[in-house]
Amino acid sequence: MIVAIILALGIVGFVIGRRRAASLQASGKERPHSRAHYHGWWVFILAVLPAVLFLVAWSVGSSWFVASSIRAALPAATVESPVASENLAYGMVQALARGLRVLEADGVTGLPATFAELQPLLAARGVALAADTRDYMIPLAEHLNAMQNAASWTGALLAIVLAVGCMVAGMRGITLRSPARNKVERVILWLLMASSMIAILTTVGIVLSMLFESIAFFSKVSPVDFFFGTVWDPRFAAADATDTEGQFGLIPLLAGTLYIAFVAMLFAVPIGLMSAVYMAEYASPAVRRVVKPLLELLAGIPTIVYGFFALVTVGPFLRDLSAALAGGVAFIQAQSVLTAGLVMGIMLIPFVSSLSDDIITAVPKAMRDGSLGLGATQSETIKRVVLPAALPGIVGALLLTASRAIGETMIVVLAAGVAARLTINPFEAMTTITVKIVNQLTGDLEFTSPQTLVAFALGITLFCVTLAMNVFALYIVRKYREQYE
Amino acid sequence: MTDATIGSPVARPARRDIGLKRRYAAERRFRLYGVGAIAIGILFLFALLFSVVSNGYSAFWQTSIRLAINFDPAIIDPQNKRETDPNAIVAANYPQLARDALAKKLGVDTSDRQVSRQLGKMISDGVRTQLRDMVLADPSIIGTTRDVWVLASGDVDSANKGQIDLSVDQARRKVSDQQVKWIGQLNADGTMAKRFNFGLFSFGASSRPETAGVGVAILGSFYMMAIVLVLSLPIGVAASIYLEEFAPRNRLTDIIEVNINNLAAVPSIVYGLLGLAVFIGFMGLPRSAALVGGLVLTLMTLPTIIIATRAALRAVPPSIRSAALGLGASKMQMVFHHVLPLAAPGILTGTIIGLAHALGETAPLLLIGMVAFVVDHPTTPLDPSTALPVQIYMWANEAERAFVERTSGAIIILLVFLAVMNLAAIILRNRFERRW
Amino acid sequence: MNIFNEQGIERAVKGAMTSEASVPIKIRGEKVTVHYGEKQALFGVDLEVRERQVTALIGPSGCGKSTFLRCLNRMNDTIEGCRVGGNLTLDGEDIYNPAIDVVELRARVGMVFQKPNPFPKSIYENVAYGPRIHGLTRNKAEMDEVIESSLRKAALWNEVKDRLHEPGTGLSGGQQQRLCIARAIAVSPEVILMDEPCSALDPIATARIEELIDELKQNYTIVIVTHSMQQAARVSQRTAMFHLGYLVEEGATDKMFTNPDDKRTQDYITGRFG
Repeated sequence: MIVAIILALGIVGFVIGRRRAASLQASGKERPHSRAHYHGWWVFILAVLPAVLFLVAWSVGSSWFVASSIRAALPAATVESPVASENLAYGMVQALARGLRVLEADGVTGLPATFAELQPLLAARGVALAADTRDYMIPLAEHLNAMQNAASWTGALLAIVLAVGCMVAGMRGITLRSPARNKVERVILWLLMASSMIAILTTVGIVLSMLFESIAFFSKVSPVDFFFGTVWDPRFAAADATDTEGQFGLIPLLAGTLYIAFVAMLFAVPIGLMSAVYMAEYASPAVRRVVKPLLELLAGIPTIVYGFFALVTVGPFLRDLSAALAGGVAFIQAQSVLTAGLVMGIMLIPFVSSLSDDIITAVPKAMRDGSLGLGATQSETIKRVVLPAALPGIVGALLLTASRAIGETMIVVLAAGVAARLTINPFEAMTTITVKIVNQLTGDLEFTSPQTLVAFALGITLFCVTLAMNVFALYIVRKYREQYE
Repeated sequence: MTDATIGSPVARPARRDIGLKRRYAAERRFRLYGVGAIAIGILFLFALLFSVVSNGYSAFWQTSIRLAINFDPAIIDPQNKRETDPNAIVAANYPQLARDALAKKLGVDTSDRQVSRQLGKMISDGVRTQLRDMVLADPSIIGTTRDVWVLASGDVDSANKGQIDLSVDQARRKVSDQQVKWIGQLNADGTMAKRFNFGLFSFGASSRPETAGVGVAILGSFYMMAIVLVLSLPIGVAASIYLEEFAPRNRLTDIIEVNINNLAAVPSIVYGLLGLAVFIGFMGLPRSAALVGGLVLTLMTLPTIIIATRAALRAVPPSIRSAALGLGASKMQMVFHHVLPLAAPGILTGTIIGLAHALGETAPLLLIGMVAFVVDHPTTPLDPSTALPVQIYMWANEAERAFVERTSGAIIILLVFLAVMNLAAIILRNRFERRW
Repeated sequence: MNIFNEQGIERAVKGAMTSEASVPIKIRGEKVTVHYGEKQALFGVDLEVRERQVTALIGPSGCGKSTFLRCLNRMNDTIEGCRVGGNLTLDGEDIYNPAIDVVELRARVGMVFQKPNPFPKSIYENVAYGPRIHGLTRNKAEMDEVIESSLRKAALWNEVKDRLHEPGTGLSGGQQQRLCIARAIAVSPEVILMDEPCSALDPIATARIEELIDELKQNYTIVIVTHSMQQAARVSQRTAMFHLGYLVEEGATDKMFTNPDDKRTQDYITGRFG
């Protein structure tokens, strides 16, 4: 709302500024530095930017201020018990405050003093509150609302004053020689730079957010138990565990992730590599024109579709096939490492193929000519000269593919099952890190329990592993490219 | 004197055995491997598409029954309170009306409870809402008889489409022999027919397959795509312009570039964790809202757009830049007035491809809570909603045969959307691609 | 040849004076044409290459000499859209006959390229590549022998004998080119084609390779494309001058450089163009 007002002020400033600049220029005394609309834009920026920045700072600051003063007002009893309790109490006050606003909007006056009376009023309007909300929280909630109101009004007023003030100052500064365009362009440059910083912000956000939650997790479950534990069962504690409920061992998950990725690569690499070799070395342009898009199609299909394909078609097929082969008893389970690996392998074929294609094409023709000139056949040239020369690049490509396989979620969720076990048998089910992240976060959430926090610990492990693989792969590929350029 | 050697060929050295036969056989085998690999890849592609389409095409038709429903006031409003209390007719026993109409049509006596129950199970439970909405919209129909197409129940629909194995013993099947007979009867005179399933596109989530649809999901996906487009395109282009045209070659720029390349390869589920921790936990945005999904997908699509935009910017030849600068344009003007318009087709293509990728993403949305059971269409991006791939995931977990069909149908819809987007990108690229 | 008429006496006398007339023809090209797609690059070239001699192909850039060279071992087959017409024979056999095996042809006609292109393998493996794929040796001892003899013939043995297992790409430019020559020799070809072998090298390396060529001609027929007339004059016994896809003149090197028949040759040699 307030932003709209400020924007409106900005537009007004733009129009006035541009008109003033135009009239100055029309008088034709000197050569203007910047065209009229730049002056208009400069006034707009002066009106809008400081005010918006101020508003952002004010709302952050004021909400922090309000929160801390309410927390300070919470009775000492709640403060002394563990931190969770104070957060819980504050959370209840907040919920209450939101409910009170709903009542206000409905025009209800005269609030009852006890929670027992208040609850039905709120429930009738669809506001559900925690059962153990206390009576003392009601005046606190009212106080919270009052402070928030005061803060927003004050902030709004100050912002408008700021906007108007800057706008007038800007308009005063319009002269023929004032370098409005330079100023405007510098602001645009800052905006561009800020946009590119979002990339860093995202990475920082990812790392920090997962780090915080992981640290909270590791305060409840020891890192040793996590990284080296061989049992994953979040519901039941180990026989000799002391205070944690549930066992959170990473090893079965890591093993499942690596095993399934390995099986996937087993399918994808030979098929993808040979396809790339054929397309790069043998295929005519007509064939390439048809086949390349077809293989790219495999890459464009969403992974949920692959997962469903595995669940509904491939899994039962393998199970029935094994039953037919073994005379009745299926030895391949419908959800197994083989099923997930096979389908993931299909998904990865275009990855391997297109990455390898680039790499093989980068091997210089001179090398091939050298081999052919000695009387080698084409397959000998490929096997003995081109592929060995391309090997570092191909290794990099395989690493990137493996990292993709490790981070894959939807196929394994639907095709690999949730049984966290350690086994060598690819016909049984194993589960992966990504599946467990989804499982732990799509149940009932209590945000501070280890069952939920473990997802972040898993996430940061996954992030670090794939990051390491990607960096290493890109390093190898870059070194390989340097060799030939 | 002989002129023995002018121009005559020299005696050739003996031919060597260089294993030609064996080597050419190896060459043939190698080529065969290559062709075989490509064939296997394409085979898998077609197997996948065939499986999806064959499972799903029947979802676009839904079995319905045309009934002459008598809106009997005795059942709808037995105490005749509707004049004074509009809520009186909300909770009436509407399914009864449908059952009666069906019984009449089939000539069945409803006093037998067993028979009556089987009869009732022929009709979808959604008939309650359907008839109620009809009455609420126009109370004057009470007391009249109208022809209404009601949906058959999910089991009957499956049976009608031949998806239920009728050779199995009756007790272990979803439809009884009696129901099968009725189905035959109704089909014979056209009372039961398969009509195009518009509901698949408009309904929200439902526990019954026949009234479940992707309407909410499509709307949710649409909101998210809109958010992604509005946010990631300007930010992505702005960042690319900065990095490509203005950024000095220093440490900070290198770090930004490394970051972007890494973010492009981060597993998507990590973005979900980020969204959960920051947008929902820290900023307190509502769970299951399309806004949060849109924000998460924006972060995921940004690296793709930045990489594509930078390539497009780089493709604009330096001669154009020099020309603009030489005429006295400032660098900013040169970029915005000259380079950007020329790079626009490439940027647009990259954006469409990024959007197509985001449309198919599931994992991060699962983590931010879009797995909710949402029945009503979301009106704003802040309302709870779901997304098309997430809906597919939720249905995939249902065991009923009818949901398998529906899931495949939803997949077909998703693939059609993606095909259209990719085709648009290809057409754009071909139409506007310049060769410098 | 009939010695009892004037032409016969002339020819006999000429034949006795120039030993060339009795040298057998290794490769003969008749009306050779080459098209790259629509563009024609060679227009009816007639050329004979004599055995165990160095024949130089000279001319300004783009005149078709490399194109002709590549026809001799059918390397033009690897270029898309390239069509070769006319008649080319090696020892009287048509090279472009579909019944001829191109792999075998290239084992008899080796090639050294303009830019040295050793494989990213060890020196040993570079030279061993050819004999290995053709199965020319039966055991390691024989292979070692072949490699040593090839490297000696290429005047490289003394410099690399202690580091045979280091990568071939680690050598200097001139050494790499000699490595490529050794690699070609290892297959025991009959003809060695050289496409501007010294253009990427410094003068000292160039001089060594020219010495090498002089020794090699005792055992191999050599055809060398060069853009340096001085090199052609130093190294070859016969020279062919190409211009814009045509063979302008062909003959003994001494004659070509002192008393050419065609004006274009005269202009090129004196530096009027090219």
